[in-house]
Amino acid sequence: MLLEKLSNAFGPSGCEREVRSILQDALRDHVETMETDALGNLIGRVPGTEFPDTRIMLAAHMDEVGFMVGHVEDSGLLRFVKVGAIDDRVLPGKRVLVGKDRIPGVIAVKPVHLTTPEERNRLLKAEDLVIDIGATNKSEAENAAPKGAYAVFATTFEAEDGLLRGKALDDRIGCAVLAELVRRGPYPCTIIPVFTTMEEIGGRGARVAAARTEPHAAFVFEGTVCDEAPRKRDVSPTTRLGAGPALTVADRSVVADRRLLRLVLDTAERHGIPVQLKQPGIGGTDAGPIHLAGIGVPSLPVSVPCRYIHGPVSIATESDFGAVAELMQRVLEAFRPDVLDPAPGA
Amino acid sequence: MDTVQLLRQLCEAVGLSGHETEVRTIVRGAFEPFCEEVREDALGNLIGLQRGDAGRAPGRIMLAAHMDEIGLIVTEIDQGFLRFGTVGGFDARTLPGREVVVHGRRPLRGVVASRPPHVLPPDAANRPLSLDDMYIDVGLPREVVQEIVRPGDLVSVRGPFTELKNEYACGKAMDDRVGVAVVALCLEMLARMRHSWDVFAVATVQEELGLRGAFTSTWHVMPDAGIAIDVGFGRQPGVAEKDAIDLDKGPGLAWGPNIHPVLFQRLKKTAADNEIPVQIEIAPRGTGTDANAIQITRAGVPAALLSVPLRNMHTPVETVCMRDIRRTARLLAVFIAGLDEAFLDALRSGDWSEQPA
Repeated sequence: MLLEKLSNAFGPSGCEREVRSILQDALRDHVETMETDALGNLIGRVPGTEFPDTRIMLAAHMDEVGFMVGHVEDSGLLRFVKVGAIDDRVLPGKRVLVGKDRIPGVIAVKPVHLTTPEERNRLLKAEDLVIDIGATNKSEAENAAPKGAYAVFATTFEAEDGLLRGKALDDRIGCAVLAELVRRGPYPCTIIPVFTTMEEIGGRGARVAAARTEPHAAFVFEGTVCDEAPRKRDVSPTTRLGAGPALTVADRSVVADRRLLRLVLDTAERHGIPVQLKQPGIGGTDAGPIHLAGIGVPSLPVSVPCRYIHGPVSIATESDFGAVAELMQRVLEAFRPDVLDPAPGA
Repeated sequence: MDTVQLLRQLCEAVGLSGHETEVRTIVRGAFEPFCEEVREDALGNLIGLQRGDAGRAPGRIMLAAHMDEIGLIVTEIDQGFLRFGTVGGFDARTLPGREVVVHGRRPLRGVVASRPPHVLPPDAANRPLSLDDMYIDVGLPREVVQEIVRPGDLVSVRGPFTELKNEYACGKAMDDRVGVAVVALCLEMLARMRHSWDVFAVATVQEELGLRGAFTSTWHVMPDAGIAIDVGFGRQPGVAEKDAIDLDKGPGLAWGPNIHPVLFQRLKKTAADNEIPVQIEIAPRGTGTDANAIQITRAGVPAALLSVPLRNMHTPVETVCMRDIRRTARLLAVFIAGLDEAFLDALRSGDWSEQPA
């Protein structure tokens, strides 16, 4: 299963090679061209059957949040920094995989028996923690995991009972959706599938990919926040598991193009696909840099709801995943250049 | 080239972000002997071109070092004393007692005032002063100050270039005038070597305000690769191991998402082959240097970063080791001399290695 391979793959921001390789193998026969640019973005092209001059960029990011070894101590323990945003509170006691040889390690925690009440109230930050790979001295550790080596959470993907459980569903699930869409092509318009790098550290890959490909419109596929846990205040969750593709109206990085949103909503209704609107104002995606590239690119994020992103284990559903793929297939089949004729904001 | 003398001139020149005229003249003087062309762009970046020896260069390499420095700016004249804001990042705790120059109608020497301990309330000394509590005193009567100084006048830091023992030196604006000195020295070395790639030496402006000059100059030059030369955190008390590089052990060579792995590996190999010490610096996100802007301009440019180790960054006593400047210049010169057609191919279909070693 492609999503399983993608979720298990090692790919923190700046180190997306393994993910890129999986996608290259999966899509080589389904695209006319495929290139890797200066930032490691994988950029493909599937010419349109009716409107080859209209380019629709489809983006999903290959990178996940992770860690980098900052300093190898004499004891063989590894000091580390975070790559991308991770809540420090998910770190203690987690398993990781370190370096190009994917060496297992643990984020060490002092036994509770030896802690004081005051200590247990104090936050443990990444700089207070160490990764232990079992090395007993500095040179042994450095051979396995030198300064600058990357690390990720060590979570093995599982699919059961319609649930998908694994690390990095943000945004390997988006990559899987995009790969599926490429396989189901071609479409009337040219599609430019872009698997971007470095989204988690500020949308760096997307920025240059959009500048290079100059699309007329863009859809961005994400694994997005799903936070339905019970809470004290009566506030709507960002998205709900099982409620279908989550469409962004506006988040912190972009106001989605209303014409694209209208097209997607109409298509969903026509095909009986339930959708949800993502709670506005939360998070950011590659659509942020993409829509501001060049003279501007009308953009819309379309997401699979995922619980617990940016942590070791996320949960999503097969039905949401399938629904996003089906919906977007129909959208791309229906997309004509005149979608962009009305003025923006209409 | 007398590197110490050049560095002294560069550091003592005034060139706050957005107002780099005085230092640009000195940089031009340093670049011109080794460049076929030197021009300025719309923001004031200075771009020198040393062409490759071949008829048609297989590639274009850009070197970027920023010539702007941080400083202060007068916001208000308050009974003859000057309230001020910052141009670039300051730790407010380093300001009280600083000597400055206020660039009004004529330059005025002044001091960032601080109250003597004798008159402070008991626990006032336990709380750092905020910028709003501070002012600059030029010692003149208020009517005279009002004639000479206006809001918007720039204030530069006084930090005379001083040679310390062991070829160490301190001064203000070593960040990043040492980088500019490295580039000038590299150009001089390259003028005596054969190289096929065109070399664009850029002294960028407004780096301290957000890498502004680097964005426009990269757009202008459209290099095939770009290397920024900035400063790194020299080991000193309070700097964590993961952040520190040693003085006198060669430049920091950055590794992380902002750095193209093929450029990194070639720089590392060049250093090893030529017995130039380098120290790996981790950068887990966009670096706070021109290398960041270079990488994400237009359709993207392979970027790398070399850092001259420096203690006491953003203070008037920034400290470096002169040997590191020469090492960095030599590494760049030998690296550039080794660039050929094959390297361009390697960059484009590169080996995306996953870790530095």
